[in-house]
Amino acid sequence: MPDTSPDPGVPAAEPGSDAGPRPVDGRGRLLAALRRPGSRGQAVAALLLAVLGFAAVTQVRANGRDDSYVGARQGDLIQYINSLSLASQRAENEIAKLQKTRTSLGNDSQARRTALAQAKQRATTLGILAGTIPAQGPGIRVTVTSGGTAVGTNQLIDGLEELRDAGAEVIEINDRVRVVAQTSLKDTTQGAVVVDGTTLEPPYVIDAIGDPHTLATALDFADGFIAEVKSVGGKVKVTERKATDGIEVASVRTVKAPTYAKDDDTE
Amino acid sequence: MIAALGLIVGVVLGLLLQPTVPNWLDPYLPIAVVAALDAVFGALRAFLDGIFDDKVFVVSFVSNVLIAALIVYLGDKLGVGGQLSTGVIVVLGIRIFSNVAAIRRHLFHA
Repeated sequence: MPDTSPDPGVPAAEPGSDAGPRPVDGRGRLLAALRRPGSRGQAVAALLLAVLGFAAVTQVRANGRDDSYVGARQGDLIQYINSLSLASQRAENEIAKLQKTRTSLGNDSQARRTALAQAKQRATTLGILAGTIPAQGPGIRVTVTSGGTAVGTNQLIDGLEELRDAGAEVIEINDRVRVVAQTSLKDTTQGAVVVDGTTLEPPYVIDAIGDPHTLATALDFADGFIAEVKSVGGKVKVTERKATDGIEVASVRTVKAPTYAKDDDTE
Repeated sequence: MIAALGLIVGVVLGLLLQPTVPNWLDPYLPIAVVAALDAVFGALRAFLDGIFDDKVFVVSFVSNVLIAALIVYLGDKLGVGGQLSTGVIVVLGIRIFSNVAAIRRHLFHA
């Protein structure tokens, strides 16, 4: 072991230095060794020194790779961590805010869709009531066969009133005229009836959409519509229709905007 | 001459190949390098003293490296790896300093 205390057992002769004149001091020996190409001892030393240089460079490179935080003090590291966690907290807050915005936007569009659906439903309801759109559903078909000119507006108005009483939602006469709130009936001299300006000949076919049983019952009671028609010599046939083969009302009316009536906007 | 060339060749090889240190070698390599440095300086001093022997150099080099690694390994197993590494480094550093002092005396007579 070449160390601080030179080993006395080792011969003080260098194998490669036997050839030339022996330098006395260390400096001369070193210069002589550098000048001569070398000996076995130098080759071995070269090998070991190469290993040392290789290992040293490797270690230096490995050490210098990622040591930006290696030399940092504990306080610095804590500060790094704190700032990092603050940044991530800020990012999380941002995410939460954006998610809230997204949710509220989704709610807005949901509310808009709901409002639209409600408005559509309302428009449908009002359209059916006002007679502006076709309708279909369960109900009854009342066929009134007039004996001569006997059946006129009196009987028909009674029948319509009774159907309305019983909850008829849509009423149509002879597949041509939709009966609504403004409908007017008028007798002609020829035994026909003018409904809203359309002349209808008997037999009159009244289609009413509503609960079939209730509607049928409403017409058939003592001194009711059927009895009245029979008393003037006419005949009534009532057909109940279920939802499966329901009444179809195709005739519509066009609604004019009211000229005189305004909405009472005092609310 | 060849010895100096060997050192240069080793450094150049390390720079060119850029090897990555395997994980199991990571704690031992720095200590091993310092131990090898100690052996090299001891050898240089012995050479200047005129008592250099290549066999002694090889044995001291290898045994220095092995013992240093062994001490670190033992320290790691005992849970005092850091302290023991520091101790080894200190001892080797002192030896390097004294060797370098001897070398200096040889070269500069001062």
